[in-house]
Amino acid sequence: MDRRTLLASAASGLALSLAGGRVAMAQAKDKVKVGFVYVGPIGDGGWSFQHNEGRLAVEKEFGDRVETIYQESVPEGSDAERVLTQMALAGCDIIFTTSFGYMDATNNVAAKFPNVKFEHCTGFKREHPNVATYNARFYEGRAVCGTIAGLMTKSNKIGYIGSYPIPEVIQGINSSFIHARKVNPDVSISVVWAYTWFDPAKEADAAKALIEQGVDVILAHTDSTAPLAEAAKTPGVVGFGQASDMANYKPSPRVSSIIDNWAPYYVKRVGMVLDGTWESTDAWEGIGGGEVLIGEITEAVPAEVKAKAMEVHDAIGAGTYHPFTGPLNKQDGSVWLAEGETAADADLLGMNFYVEGISGEIPK
Amino acid sequence: MDLLGGINPAVLVASLMMASVPIILAAIGELVVEKSGVLNLGVEGMMIIGAICGFAVAVETGSPLLGFVGGALGGAALSLIFALLTQVLMANQVATGLALTLFGLGLSSLLGQSYVGVKPPPTGRLDLGPLSDIPGLGTMLFRHDAMVYLSIAAVAAVWFVLRHTRTGLVLRAVGENHEAAHALGYHVVRIRVLAILFGGAMAGLGGAYLSLIRVPQWTDGITAGAGWIALAIVVFASWRPWRVLLGAYLFGGITVLQLNLQAAGARIPVQYLSMSPYLITILVLVIMSADRRRSTAAPASLGKTFHASR
Repeated sequence: MDRRTLLASAASGLALSLAGGRVAMAQAKDKVKVGFVYVGPIGDGGWSFQHNEGRLAVEKEFGDRVETIYQESVPEGSDAERVLTQMALAGCDIIFTTSFGYMDATNNVAAKFPNVKFEHCTGFKREHPNVATYNARFYEGRAVCGTIAGLMTKSNKIGYIGSYPIPEVIQGINSSFIHARKVNPDVSISVVWAYTWFDPAKEADAAKALIEQGVDVILAHTDSTAPLAEAAKTPGVVGFGQASDMANYKPSPRVSSIIDNWAPYYVKRVGMVLDGTWESTDAWEGIGGGEVLIGEITEAVPAEVKAKAMEVHDAIGAGTYHPFTGPLNKQDGSVWLAEGETAADADLLGMNFYVEGISGEIPK
Repeated sequence: MDLLGGINPAVLVASLMMASVPIILAAIGELVVEKSGVLNLGVEGMMIIGAICGFAVAVETGSPLLGFVGGALGGAALSLIFALLTQVLMANQVATGLALTLFGLGLSSLLGQSYVGVKPPPTGRLDLGPLSDIPGLGTMLFRHDAMVYLSIAAVAAVWFVLRHTRTGLVLRAVGENHEAAHALGYHVVRIRVLAILFGGAMAGLGGAYLSLIRVPQWTDGITAGAGWIALAIVVFASWRPWRVLLGAYLFGGITVLQLNLQAAGARIPVQYLSMSPYLITILVLVIMSADRRRSTAAPASLGKTFHASR
């Protein structure tokens, strides 16, 4: 490039930016570069694996029209900001940040790169017009698993491995417990906070601690398959695939699973960038929208239990039943939802309390 | 008992012994490396290579024993790169060690691609006959797999060799003052390479324990920082073998204890529980080494490059 063309392109670039970000953003593109930031390794067999499947679906859908890059095991915090800045500088048109802890980093970097689109998974902050958020209603899947858990437990103790005490995880604990209690009034739940998304040894230790306390159904909200590997050591203990199908542990201990199906969303949003129709939105789909799938319920589950679980699944999918329907009280006994009332999304997104019947405190 | 809620102390001790094995093995290996005057920060990388090599060998041959051998060889092979770079080509040890960790993490992920979701052959417990049936004590001490005992034996062996044998004296001499050891006619580089290989093999064993017994599966990044904990424990244990064991048991024990306390519904804030393993391990080891006459027990030549022509 000689000096004249350099000047010319600089001038046209200037003109473009003077024409205003809005106009520039609404232009269709021939080719886009898409960035993905993962909190764990893509080989975790769970959360990050599933996001990466979504990335591969984007590549398959658009072929030569997209280029994707990704970075694994990015810590939540200031490192994320550096990675995001690097991706934006590398020419990404849209960047998906796939963990709750990237929320502030995403918004901070978005402020510096108004022409790059940012999509943050499971967060609620959209401080700039180029930030969108998306999430899945995992608690709908938890309602199905909770039903199975309540009917499958013989000790009437179910265990839950939580990662961090954030609304997304607390929704899952409450939903699991409500639906286990519904089918089994004697059930109790023990929650162990691992304070990590991904640490197979610690996740296995947490599962082991729960099993030693007499728990025989384990639900996990961490990213690896380690809790299932630990459950497999003790006969009679069952668990669920989390984020991904984890089919290798079929038919038991993995008796069913919650699968995060991000592919349709990623394909749709990257398509919008190509068309120039992208805008900041807040997407939150569940079983009905196909973003949360329930993996095969195996033969280790009795037929009537499976039927009961599918009943819950179908009612949620059809939109006739909301997993958080009153009457429901908070842990301290105060009324949360009156008879027939369903929880508002805003309430769920800020959920910081257990429902009545769960013992223990949520760490603050 | 009341303080612990519904936790059975015998089961707790049994789980902490198991949970600490990877860190003990890696730390005792690194202790020998550092005693010879080499700082290898690549423990995490060697561990994870050991984890995948051990896992792959065990799956392919169906023998957990061969798996552990494979893990040790894998770790040693990776450490050989470190030995070559730092001892022959005289590269900076800190930078090379860090690079070794990054390389090991990447390579293990590549090697492990076809092993995700595969189940390894189970490792049996060592049959100790009537000892295992002693109430309490049997559960606590005599119902483990062979590696738990091997890890303790390794600590004892390293302590004995360093303290009471000529080999140990030479190794320490090289670590304290490599010029003097060289002047006395010892092959500084050869001794260090051997120490590095030993450290690599032990880290590899620790990694294989993770993927074959503790979390019987292969997952990318399975070590999740265990190598760094091992490194820290060597320093806080002031390079003494038995303190390494103590540190590892404290760390492993409190980690397991805090998870058990949560599961049992103890009313202690979870934040304090989850930081307690780090805090208490460091505190105990620092206090123990605080009022020694020697303020630092670090080998004097630690991390320094040696060249025979000087």
